[in-house]
Amino acid sequence: MKPTDPNIRWIEEPRLGLTGRMYLPLVVQGLTTTTRHLVSPKQTVSFPEERPKIGNPLIYRGVHRLNKDDAGRVKCVACFLCATACPAHCIDIIAAPSPWPDREKYPESFVIDELRCIFCGMCEEACPVEAIELTSLFDLTGRSREEMVFDKEKLLSVYDQTKDAEPMPSHRGGTTP
Amino acid sequence: MTAIVVEALVKIVLLCFALMTAAAYLVLLERWIAAWVQDRLGPNRVGIPLTKIKMFGLGQPLADGLKFIFKEVYTPSHVDKVLYIVAPISILAAALATFAVIPFGSVLPSDLGFPQPDGGPIRLVVAPGIDVGMIYVFALSSLAVYGVILGGWASNNKYSFLGGLRSSAQLIAYEIPLGLGILGVVLAAGSLRLDTIITSQATSGLWNVLVQPLGFLVFLIAAFAESARLPFDLPEAEQELIGGYHTEYSGMPLLLYLIAEFLHMVTAAFLIVILFFGGWHFWGLTGSSDEIGWGTAILRVVVLVVKVLATIVFMMMVRWSWPRFRFDQLMALAWKVMLPLGMVNLVLMASLVEYGEDITATWGRAFLIAGMWIATLLACLAAAWIAPLSGDNRPRMDAA
Ligand code: SF4
Ligand code: SF4
Repeated sequence: MKPTDPNIRWIEEPRLGLTGRMYLPLVVQGLTTTTRHLVSPKQTVSFPEERPKIGNPLIYRGVHRLNKDDAGRVKCVACFLCATACPAHCIDIIAAPSPWPDREKYPESFVIDELRCIFCGMCEEACPVEAIELTSLFDLTGRSREEMVFDKEKLLSVYDQTKDAEPMPSHRGGTTP
Repeated sequence: MTAIVVEALVKIVLLCFALMTAAAYLVLLERWIAAWVQDRLGPNRVGIPLTKIKMFGLGQPLADGLKFIFKEVYTPSHVDKVLYIVAPISILAAALATFAVIPFGSVLPSDLGFPQPDGGPIRLVVAPGIDVGMIYVFALSSLAVYGVILGGWASNNKYSFLGGLRSSAQLIAYEIPLGLGILGVVLAAGSLRLDTIITSQATSGLWNVLVQPLGFLVFLIAAFAESARLPFDLPEAEQELIGGYHTEYSGMPLLLYLIAEFLHMVTAAFLIVILFFGGWHFWGLTGSSDEIGWGTAILRVVVLVVKVLATIVFMMMVRWSWPRFRFDQLMALAWKVMLPLGMVNLVLMASLVEYGEDITATWGRAFLIAGMWIATLLACLAAAWIAPLSGDNRPRMDAA
């Protein structure tokens, strides 16, 4: 493209005023800004002692949990919808005939590999009985890979940990959004 | 004779120790200020080792130092081995040697019984009575650039080389305004000795910054450029040159470079305070004579240190306040703005030395000071009008 091309729109620079040319007034301006920030309240969160505030824990996508129904049984009906929806293929379910009369199947084993998970929330969206949910626990650590593969007991215990702070949608008077 | 040698050695050890500690803690201060300006907390964890005591992170310099000492000193195979090692040593040696003539206080009381060769009390400067003090400081601060150029050249790396080249160009350009800024002070005090310059400001009670703001401005900017602080840190502009002249350095040699850099800043701060802000003098607090007791002697050191610290904090704030200059702007500033302004200041000071007494006698000091400030303002306006700093190098329609 040549500089004479009619498609180029030339923009005239606005000319600097006297303060801009003298530079010194702008120097003072810059220094005022930095001084103001020097004494202003800090944004840092001192992490282990202080927890960061999560805007809305109900829609945060952290560690999974398996919800329990009112009788304390796992809610999951082993329909495999979550495992099918999962783009990271990290949900592994083994179904077995249900010992309870109100459903056909239940998960004999339910394992999520938290290291493969991308925390997209597809499993939560897919589940027809709101059995699987993502909590607001974000500081997920472990000393080995095995420790980061969460089985059914662990996922159910996450529910016990978080059920008060983050009740299931049906328990806060509404359906899954 | 032995007494003098012992005294000098004591001062040297004291000063080296103080300077090294100061450099370490200035790094911490720099990191704190950087953090605070960006609304962060900065290093605040490291305290006493092996305990949980944090002390606001005051242990950080120790940790940093240990880290540097235990890091591998990696020497790339393509460097000039001798010069590569000599460069950081020479820059640190020059930076330390500068302090030989810089007073870090006034005098100790004469009842200490350690008479100087000239009969006076002990002066708080390593080499008292050097008549060419200012020139010595100048010579050594120009030596510092050899360390930068040598390091850049010996590293055999394009980025290092460019850093060294920039440094030499910048130093040559800013040596002249620096000299012009100092000349006004030397004219006013009639001496090149730093302690005489302080004493003359203390006796008259008129700090040089009040009388010659223009000289101060020129010297301040030149001092920033000389110590390669932002906005003039082109020799090591990270965004363009990785690390500039010390790209290829690691471990202890790098530490030497970094300490030297901080010492340059300390030197610049000391010079600014001594030349323009009255050194250890503060109105109604420190007096001006050499016959003092211990209280005043300590007070003077405290005043000096507080002033220097304030200057250093200012230099660190400046780092976060303005963007770096482009190299052509840097050169334009030196040759088109600072040089003429320095000349104007020199002429003003020369006439002041000639007629100052008469003016003060007729109209008083306030008139004199006001006159100088107005002259400064006019000179800055003229400089802005004739040679504005804003150089626009984008393509233009009419030029095409
Ligand atoms: S959050 Fe996404 S990746 Fe993780 S288990 Fe659920 S569907 Fe799979
Ligand atoms: S989608 Fe829900 S009910 Fe179906 S297997 Fe997954 S968790 Fe169980």
